[in-house]
Amino acid sequence: MKQLLKRRRVGVMTEWMRPQSLEEALDLLAESSQRYKKIAGGTDVMVELQIAPERRPQAWLDLSAVAELQDVTLAANGLRIGACVTLAALRRHPQIQTRWPMLAASAAVTGAAPIQNRATLGGNVCNASPAADNAPVLLAYSAQLEISSPCGTRWMPYDAFHCGYRQTALADDELLAAIWLPYPPEGVRSYYRKVGTRAAQAIAKVGIAALLQDNGLGQMVTARFGLASVAATPCMLPTVSNYLQGRDLDTLSEAALREKIRMDLSPIKDIRSTAEYRLEIASRLVWDAIHHAQ
Amino acid sequence: MPITMRINDQSVTTAVAPDRRLLDFLREDLGLKGSKEGCGEGECGACAVLVNGQLVNSCLVPLGQMQRAEITTIEGLVENSALSQAFIACGAAQCGICTPGMMLAATALLAEHPQPTLDEIRWGLSGNLCRCTGYGRIYEAVAQAAKGGSDD
Repeated sequence: MKQLLKRRRVGVMTEWMRPQSLEEALDLLAESSQRYKKIAGGTDVMVELQIAPERRPQAWLDLSAVAELQDVTLAANGLRIGACVTLAALRRHPQIQTRWPMLAASAAVTGAAPIQNRATLGGNVCNASPAADNAPVLLAYSAQLEISSPCGTRWMPYDAFHCGYRQTALADDELLAAIWLPYPPEGVRSYYRKVGTRAAQAIAKVGIAALLQDNGLGQMVTARFGLASVAATPCMLPTVSNYLQGRDLDTLSEAALREKIRMDLSPIKDIRSTAEYRLEIASRLVWDAIHHAQ
Repeated sequence: MPITMRINDQSVTTAVAPDRRLLDFLREDLGLKGSKEGCGEGECGACAVLVNGQLVNSCLVPLGQMQRAEITTIEGLVENSALSQAFIACGAAQCGICTPGMMLAATALLAEHPQPTLDEIRWGLSGNLCRCTGYGRIYEAVAQAAKGGSDD
């Protein structure tokens, strides 16, 4: 094999920084925050590179070896998921399977096994696709983001992170360090569905996660929804949630609920689906979630 | 910075660009042409290899992340294994483009689930597309290889 080894001639040296600690990574960003293209599992970034080779970055910040980003930790106030934990690790994690089952479910339908072995939760969040498979779940579970920069650490609710189509609140010199999930209240029901052309390797036409709590007497206490592929960003259903609060589920009108859903969603037509289909499916899934979440 | 890895149990050191795709390095620099490029964007699995025992799409892996990695390509799998015999016996290969990726996906699956159910087989191979066989014969081959393995 050695005699076959050839060196590719390169005009410009590509710089590849692979820090081992968060401090080292932040030091690099402090020196020159705009210089680096950040990469973790590479399952989105490497596709971009393939599509637009003329925009090949000259300097890379590879986060895949940063120690502080690799672990899932149960803490008193919730679950801390390091930004570089892979979807395969989340799918297999026993506590995630039992206490945050929607996350185990969404991780298991993101791409397929070879993608899940490399793709990270932080990458899925920061890539900021409106179709991101894990985004609805993080919205429904009220995730908080731990964001580090050379100036320190800040926390923000995930529902404030996506500020426009593929835009996030992350500054150039910031890194998403971890995603925190609070413990869901006792007795909540949850529901996750992804609708695509096939079970594996599909980009969602609609993705939905719902976390519902009722009072045991048929009345909804809180209903929190996250959706993908029905707006420019992953989004929630504030009007619907507000409408459902305290409402009697037996007398709930599907037509009235649909009207509220229309106020929250603005799907578009694209190569994967039409706006009408997305709105129809989202409406049916919300109804299904309310009645069949487990 | 030179990158040193083990590919099919041989040590390889290279100084090629760190953003070079593992797939291109394997095929063009090392002449290991069993891994195929289908889609180039992680959807078809034709380029699948094992990195540290895990199934990955080599078209999405930059060499910069392969320092000290253990990589297995189709050329590194045992010849005449229960798996390859089962592929032949079941007619699980037609045009052959997807076969290397399928065999590596099956290898990863059988390492995790030595006696997989049909659902586990379908799930384990779900990142690999085949346009000839309709998948049935491939699933059958994996199930047969698992049975063969238990007789050893």
